[in-house]
Amino acid sequence: MHIRSSFTRSLAAAAFMALASASLHAQAQANVSVKDAWVRATVPQQKASGAFMQLQATRDSKLVSVSSPLTPNVEVHEMAMQGDVMRMRQVTTLDLPAGKLVELKPGGYHLMLLNLKAQMKEGDAVPFTLVFEGKDGKRETVEIKAPVRALGATAKPAHAGH
Amino acid sequence: MNNFNPAPCAPVQPTRRALLAAGALMATLPLAACSPGGSVSFNGTDITGADYGRDFQLRDPDGKLRTLADFRGKVVLVFFGFTQCPDVCPTALARAANVRTLLGTDADRLQVLFITVDPERDTPAILKAYTAAFDPTFLALYGDPARLAATAKEFRVIYQKVPTGASYTMDHTSVTYAYDPQGRLRLKLLHDASAVDYTADVRRLLNAA
Repeated sequence: MHIRSSFTRSLAAAAFMALASASLHAQAQANVSVKDAWVRATVPQQKASGAFMQLQATRDSKLVSVSSPLTPNVEVHEMAMQGDVMRMRQVTTLDLPAGKLVELKPGGYHLMLLNLKAQMKEGDAVPFTLVFEGKDGKRETVEIKAPVRALGATAKPAHAGH
Repeated sequence: MNNFNPAPCAPVQPTRRALLAAGALMATLPLAACSPGGSVSFNGTDITGADYGRDFQLRDPDGKLRTLADFRGKVVLVFFGFTQCPDVCPTALARAANVRTLLGTDADRLQVLFITVDPERDTPAILKAYTAAFDPTFLALYGDPARLAATAKEFRVIYQKVPTGASYTMDHTSVTYAYDPQGRLRLKLLHDASAVDYTADVRRLLNAA
């Protein structure tokens, strides 16, 4: 399963969005919550950046796709230190065990935004569509807008209570 | 945290705990008190006398050829990275900017150098804007692929292009090297050290100069 957004996946996402919003009404509660999302600012001509957020699902789920109108390619990457060496790898799905807070933050997972169409400026907001899938195959779509924070940002937003 | 500290004694920089325990006086205690032989203990790994990382010849974004000698009189921090790095590189440069703030009136005695391991995408214009976003005094350096390879070898830094779905990313060594004001390589600092740890080491190098 590829996280990478594609045209067909966008169509699927759109379809599921309609389904998901219908089922959300039925359940009256979303399965997945997305909090404290932010995107690292870029300088002019810089084509890639990272996005960070906190995900939590009430039932075992996984993140299966992310898309944004500002970039044709969103991937989930995992950073790991091996000794002194920083290694970065693309992961195809991100598991969200029931009730567990999964943090996308510097030093671990992040969304990699590639081939950006424009500079990410501090104060802008980047829309994302995240599609999650439960064990039963049911999908849920969450729309968020992530603020762009300074290139040198390191911590969570001030309102995160840290 | 500071779990790689090779020193057998407590760090002497004004940690929060030290300040709480003994008041601000702790911060000014002489370093020699806990270092047999009068040598200075650092948060980073002391690599004084290393037969690597001796010098470089790289261009700055204005095209000027730079060597270590250009920065004599300052403590120099050298980090290898690339601008499309979403994680360790901005974290390292943000920390370096914090170090500069923490140095206060000594800030101008520090030079931060960022050597790109991705000259294919990191054009001089991008490099210049990128380091300036952290601190206007930071300087990015680049070389052609052969020069970069030779420089990385001299600095015992590895870097490798890793394809991802839509592009590529770079694995790379993420240590920071610290030079004293005489241009001698003195310390290897790891990525998980704090700005406070870095600042304490920079101050020791400045004070010993």
